[in-house]
Amino acid sequence: MKPIEKEKVQKMLESFINKEVYVHLETTNGAYASHVNEKAYNVGVYIRNTKVRFSQAKIVGDGKSYRAGLKMDIGWIYAEGLTDWEIYEESKLLMAGHDREGRLMVALQISETPFSH
Amino acid sequence: MMEKHVVVIYPHPDDESFGAAGTIAKFREQGVPVTYLCGTLGEMGRNMGSPTFANRETLPEIRKKELMQACKVLDVDLQMLGYRDKTLEYEDRQEVASHLKGIIEESEPSLVITHYPDHAVHPDHDALGAAAIEAVRLMDPDKRPTVWAQAITNTHVEDLGKPDVINDVTANFDKKMDAILSHKSQASGILKNFNQDGNIPDDLKEEAKKRLGKESFYIWKF
Repeated sequence: MKPIEKEKVQKMLESFINKEVYVHLETTNGAYASHVNEKAYNVGVYIRNTKVRFSQAKIVGDGKSYRAGLKMDIGWIYAEGLTDWEIYEESKLLMAGHDREGRLMVALQISETPFSH
Repeated sequence: MMEKHVVVIYPHPDDESFGAAGTIAKFREQGVPVTYLCGTLGEMGRNMGSPTFANRETLPEIRKKELMQACKVLDVDLQMLGYRDKTLEYEDRQEVASHLKGIIEESEPSLVITHYPDHAVHPDHDALGAAAIEAVRLMDPDKRPTVWAQAITNTHVEDLGKPDVINDVTANFDKKMDAILSHKSQASGILKNFNQDGNIPDDLKEEAKKRLGKESFYIWKF
């Protein structure tokens, strides 16, 4: 993946507007968080291939870390801490946030076809 | 006693290398066949290489290749079980156990190595360990292989007592390190964790040897 280019990602996000799309959303600090540090908590969320439709999409950020939000008819989807992006298999938008060691902390991915499962 | 066939059951590509590579290498030196039943492809790993070269979508295929490479280094047969990383504890325990039982009955190992349920830190370790032990429990008692269960919590000695089997694997450490480093997307991230300041020390191997030079197991009592 490469550092987020805001305008390009914004354009890509808009290409999914008002279409039925599949979303992958996750955040994690790893299964070993409280093993390595007893004061830490293990926290993670994962949802893959959820079919949604959104009418607005926006990426916001300061040049280093970004947030992306999708507005749906009856709710919202957002992810915070995104740092990198990639167009995968020519059409899937992958966004992820990595820590300084390159470990994935958060991911938001959008595709018109399901992600492999 | 010489083992006839050893089956290792862990959920992730790299569990075999970090957890049991030295023990596996010893068995292979004795000419004992070893099969690794790997539960998942570690699809949900956080480590993406350092510097990053994988993403959430490419990681499974990358880890599959790394797993095959590690198994080549360790000279063991590999069977991938096809579950998905981080979901094993939500699967039907009996279904997984019966899946494993079928494989174990077919290959008739004398020894099964797996994780010690509830003392193995990662939910997948606990769940697959429990299913493996359940699989052996369901077998005819006369035909059951011995089970070595690996506990990796910080408190396992306090909680369970001293392990029954403690293998000093420093003599095979080069092989173990080669196996670990086969998991390129994972190894550096995990090894870096050994060092508080996040730098790989020059004597990384020495540090790894200190941390991973012993592989210990509890003999499961049915």
